[in-house]
Amino acid sequence: MRYIKFILVLTTSFIIFVIFYLGLNKELKYYPKHFKKKIDTNIVSKDIFSMQDISLNNLLDKEGYTLLNIWASWCLPCRDEHVLLMELKDKKNLQIIGLNYKDKIINAKSFIKENGNPFDVILIDDDGSNSIILGAYGVPETYLIKNKDNIIVNKYIGILNLKNISEIKKKIK
Amino acid sequence: MKKILYLNLIFLLLFSLNISANEDTKLINKISKNLRCIVCQGQSVYDSQSEFAISVKSLIQKKIKEGKNEDEIYTFFEQRYGEWILYNPRFSKNTIFLWLFPLILFLLAAIYIARRITIK
Repeated sequence: MRYIKFILVLTTSFIIFVIFYLGLNKELKYYPKHFKKKIDTNIVSKDIFSMQDISLNNLLDKEGYTLLNIWASWCLPCRDEHVLLMELKDKKNLQIIGLNYKDKIINAKSFIKENGNPFDVILIDDDGSNSIILGAYGVPETYLIKNKDNIIVNKYIGILNLKNISEIKKKIK
Repeated sequence: MKKILYLNLIFLLLFSLNISANEDTKLINKISKNLRCIVCQGQSVYDSQSEFAISVKSLIQKKIKEGKNEDEIYTFFEQRYGEWILYNPRFSKNTIFLWLFPLILFLLAAIYIARRITIK
């Protein structure tokens, strides 16, 4: 009987040890490897200039690629990123859509006036819920989407860098 | 007499509106307590005041107004952010060990105790 008890204690402690040991090597930082490959484009929002409702579905219904950039005038990294986005302006095969995240419209407009407008369309996301529908984490965030199939080719969480830009240029060729 | 009747009606209307709004808030709180704020450290969406959490809460409210039920809302978030966003993991082949291990441990202990008692 004592023998069984000993084995039982030994095996349970061994199992617990293995679980904790495996847990030690586990990456704790959350990385979205499970993100949906297809983007949910059932979003209707107002255009920042014309204030008319525009459906994202209609915008993506053409050949080529779309770069969807979530930005705000109060977001400092967005300012740096904006310079890089300007490089992608008027590229063939690529439309750039901006989603203005929780921003004051006046501030957003003066931001564009000051730094230039790389966007073909800017949609408003005043309470942030459109960004959540897209599966975003915050600002800035950028998606490279293949039009018509609405497949996310690449998702960039945080500020874009030069490497990302050349990657995007290569992809849309 | 008519005045009192009208007053009563208005009161009832206000009261019932209040109740339904209260129910919605309860549901929003319940759902947001079971969602992880993935940009925070160890906080639920309910606890957090980050931009992400506030947006999630307002989206939950919209979904409830659209008539979506609790399970549909969890599925909506799971599709976008992975199962990790749910504090209460679903029963699947990945979580079978998690759900069954305590039960197995409990059963083993019960068998052990029962055997000890009968021996004595």
